[in-house]
Amino acid sequence: MTDLLNDLLIRNARPYGEEAVDLLVQDGVVTEIGTGLAAPEGTEVLDAGGHVLLPGLVDLHVHLREPGGEESETIETGSHAAALGGFTAVFAMPNTDPVADTAVVVEHVRRRGEEVGLVDVHPVGAVTTGLKGAKLAELGTMATSAAQVRMFSDDGRCVNDPLIMRRALEYASALDVVIAQHAEDHRLTDGAQAHEGAIASRLGLAGWPATAEETVVARDCALAREAGAALHVCHVSSLHSIAVLRAAKAQGVRVSAEVTPHHLLLTDGRLTGYDPVNKVNPPLRTGADTQAMREALAEGVIDVVATDHAPHASQYKDTEWAAAKPGMLGLQTALSVVIHTMVEPGLLDWHGVARVMSERPAEIVDLPDQGRPIAVGEPATFALVDPDAQWTVRGAALASRAANTPYEGMRLPGAVAATVLRGRITARDGKVVA
Amino acid sequence: MKHLLSIADLDAATATGLLDTASRLKDTLLGREVRKLPTLRGRTVVTLFYEDSTRTRVSFEVAGKWMSADTINVSAKGSSVSKGESLRDTSLTISAMGADCVIVRHPASGAAHRIAGWADKDAGTTGTHTSIVNAGDGTHEHPTQALLDAATLRERLGSVAGRRIGIVGDVLHSRVARSNVLLLSTLGAEVVLIAPPTLLPTGVAEWPCRVAHHLDAELPALDAVMMLRVQAERMHGGFFPSAREYSVTYGLNERRLALLPEGTPVLHPGPMVRGMEIAPAVADAPNAAVLAQVRNGVHVRMAVLYHLLAGAPE
Repeated sequence: MTDLLNDLLIRNARPYGEEAVDLLVQDGVVTEIGTGLAAPEGTEVLDAGGHVLLPGLVDLHVHLREPGGEESETIETGSHAAALGGFTAVFAMPNTDPVADTAVVVEHVRRRGEEVGLVDVHPVGAVTTGLKGAKLAELGTMATSAAQVRMFSDDGRCVNDPLIMRRALEYASALDVVIAQHAEDHRLTDGAQAHEGAIASRLGLAGWPATAEETVVARDCALAREAGAALHVCHVSSLHSIAVLRAAKAQGVRVSAEVTPHHLLLTDGRLTGYDPVNKVNPPLRTGADTQAMREALAEGVIDVVATDHAPHASQYKDTEWAAAKPGMLGLQTALSVVIHTMVEPGLLDWHGVARVMSERPAEIVDLPDQGRPIAVGEPATFALVDPDAQWTVRGAALASRAANTPYEGMRLPGAVAATVLRGRITARDGKVVA
Repeated sequence: MKHLLSIADLDAATATGLLDTASRLKDTLLGREVRKLPTLRGRTVVTLFYEDSTRTRVSFEVAGKWMSADTINVSAKGSSVSKGESLRDTSLTISAMGADCVIVRHPASGAAHRIAGWADKDAGTTGTHTSIVNAGDGTHEHPTQALLDAATLRERLGSVAGRRIGIVGDVLHSRVARSNVLLLSTLGAEVVLIAPPTLLPTGVAEWPCRVAHHLDAELPALDAVMMLRVQAERMHGGFFPSAREYSVTYGLNERRLALLPEGTPVLHPGPMVRGMEIAPAVADAPNAAVLAQVRNGVHVRMAVLYHLLAGAPE
């Protein structure tokens, strides 16, 4: 039986910002692309209003806080935020309570995501049990479980021990999964509160030196090269890490890297009022770093944008700086920040946006039905973007349970007009379609 | 002046105005049997200290009492998240009890800024106003310490402008150093920080001062020297090889005292670690201004309360 919910005619959409076309979707798959297409009886019609059509966005790095942190976010509220942000697949980091270091927990996350049904929620498994960095978690069991874990990470913590990291990469290579590293040498960041530099020194905040990231990236690239394993570097923040990544890629190391929207836009200049909404790990760095991130993303040295969406309830943020938890909301602002920092200055066109926010992320984790071309025979999984819209960010109006957006009051370009997952509209005009 | 959170908020005129007021208060009270002015009668000053402190808390308390304010001391321990009530709730509670001024010491840099922000937001809805004074926040600032140091330097040197002041020791962890660099440079002094590279923050190059590593080379050209305390926990933190090597390299001993021009004032914010950063004979030498600093502390804090609660005097 054909599920009529997955039949759709999208009228007047511009794939990658090019010529306007109509797309007929049947059973979740694009069956015809042309102009003046007629809607078969009973087919829902989505008037795309000449907006830009992109493949659905894929986020390799979110924190949905469930289980254990439901006061900050749930899989349901996080899925709402994802759908509204144009995302059709998200990778939920394992630093929950309990930690997602067993098949039971990752299967629970996957199943909750399917029950909500707005976005493909892929659990990321922990590399080490309890994120303690001492003993490998059961990577194989998680990879072959119903959750089909594609990526493992101790994100929030670095796999700091070089021997554990080596073993993780070697073991992962046989499973054909990716180890995603939170690159931070904790010995160099003991008590760190802010990017080590002029601003932190003036504010009396203990410094998080860029070398703590750069040295781990260099070490891990060497380990990945020897293991023949796939390494993904989470949230690159320092311009010095880029040179290391470029050299490793030139050597043929299987390394990919992500940058967050906030590391493309925001700098440590925002810290002067001590508002912990600006506290994040790795920390906001300098204008030279944000500029280097943009250029590296355009060049492809940094492969993808990932949000590191990290909701925190107000009791964890409305505190003195040192007591506040690091992290910022990101799902509903990511595309706008990318438009602002990459598209408007001419660093990326819409094909480029599709590459860094959909195609490459899907490729890194080997997702078969995400990040696909907009073409006949391909899944109808899209983000429809109104490129001319402007909106003012209000944390309280975002779908997440928490409101810790650093963009509060900021006017940003571009809005997600609709999100489509395998022919089903999941969000439209700023509202989730349940 | 609404709050006193950072020396960076003071321009030269405001800072000089505070120092002038402190000086006048000192002259007024000098030799008086009853050292009490009615200026702040009926006003409530609360000290809210999240860290152990004797001299700063007592100094503010004495300052308040000499101005006839009702002073109340609250000692709160522990950080917000781990130990119950949040800093926000505690500080707003104290404001709500009618505090006109809350003097805050907290181990987190920026804590006083946060409290001022919450108080201002609350004032917007209730119409009451609470002034916040930063009495030391983490490794950020200690504005009244810098003001009392400047008052002491003015007394000893006549003026601060154009003088070369050396600050020696653990600049990295020192809120006293941060406030002093800002205030002394604002007042026109030339500041030299003298410390091993491990005790200087990354980014110090952008501060309004010069940085040096060799104490002996700097001493002969200084108009005043300020020694910073080396806290015990730093001695085991790998910031320098040993207490002995630190003392030999950066301690102010009698030999080094002789390198300073005759009568050069020696300041120390206290508490001193005798035999570590300062030799006992130096701490007790006529040059040493340590007790003068403490005396001036009361007058400077009276001036701060005066400017905050009664408005700047004509």
